[in-house]
Amino acid sequence: MATTSIVVAETELVLALLRRADDALVLGHRLSEWTGRAPTLEEELALANIALDLIGQARALYQYAGELSGFDEDQLAYLRDAGAYRNCLLVEQPNGDFARTIVRQVFCTAFTDPFWRAAMGSADATLAAIAGKAAKETAYHLRHAGAWLVRLGDGTEESHRRTQEAVELLWPYVGELFEADAAEQAMIAAGVVPDPAALRDGWERVVAALLERATLRRPAEGWMQTGGRRGVHSEHLGILLAEMQVLQRTYPGAQW
Amino acid sequence: MTAETGTEAATPLWEVFIRARNGLAHRHVGSVHAADATMALSAARDVYTRRGEGLSIWVVPSGAITASDPADRDMLFEPAGSKIYRHPTFYEVPDEVGNM
Repeated sequence: MATTSIVVAETELVLALLRRADDALVLGHRLSEWTGRAPTLEEELALANIALDLIGQARALYQYAGELSGFDEDQLAYLRDAGAYRNCLLVEQPNGDFARTIVRQVFCTAFTDPFWRAAMGSADATLAAIAGKAAKETAYHLRHAGAWLVRLGDGTEESHRRTQEAVELLWPYVGELFEADAAEQAMIAAGVVPDPAALRDGWERVVAALLERATLRRPAEGWMQTGGRRGVHSEHLGILLAEMQVLQRTYPGAQW
Repeated sequence: MTAETGTEAATPLWEVFIRARNGLAHRHVGSVHAADATMALSAARDVYTRRGEGLSIWVVPSGAITASDPADRDMLFEPAGSKIYRHPTFYEVPDEVGNM
């Protein structure tokens, strides 16, 4: 017996929380897909650790969004369809090879690292507390991904080629990281969330420095993908959610 | 050795030492494969401190450690086995001495 999806009343704050929570959950789920398939034992554990950090961040954000909207964290994670997910398109892109996963990590964490640090000063005390924990975790995620980017880009001919391909492939998804619609702008004006656009210069500097050390080319400015923040996703998210939600959808309220 | 993949075999091995608390010594906990010292620290953190075991990590290239030869075990260690007087428990302390 399948369950019906929930409809969340998205106030500006709930929407802002869901956007960050969905980013963390979807990226965490993607990284968890490496479990049992990582190139080495060390990376198996590193990626699983990062996945668990991200899912922990998602839980904290869902709990808070749930208090405000009348749902619990499991309902928010398991009972919304792709169209109700507010994550950016970058995090839902498939893992591909290890190089693509690392490039996705670099692009994401070069944004979330300054985002969470800035959010520690949020006017919302709960969000500030969540940010304090997330900032420490994310600083490590960026260091991990950055070290691998340099190793892969400045590694063998093949690792360089694969990493450069991943940079080109994922580049059109980075523009969405810095978007803020009217609802987000209201929360920015209220001092609740940092302005993503203000983090762009820092992101550019960090990524440009890593690409240079990795002997990789920065792609030219071009057309950017958009849509995730308002629920318009690539087909990859539907498949990810089908796998993630199947148990709760099939056996509603199942516990273990 | 056949279990090692090409990548792992080509990646240097590092010995990992972790200090669990202030005042304790770093203790050997195992080893990791990593391309350089920074990534070895990172790998050691990910593999060996997942349950809050550590306050400090050392990594040392495995090749930098000079180890005793197991074949020398008798020569090196057996002579100590018969010298029970080297243990403090060998001596009876007279009551008059009081606390030592």
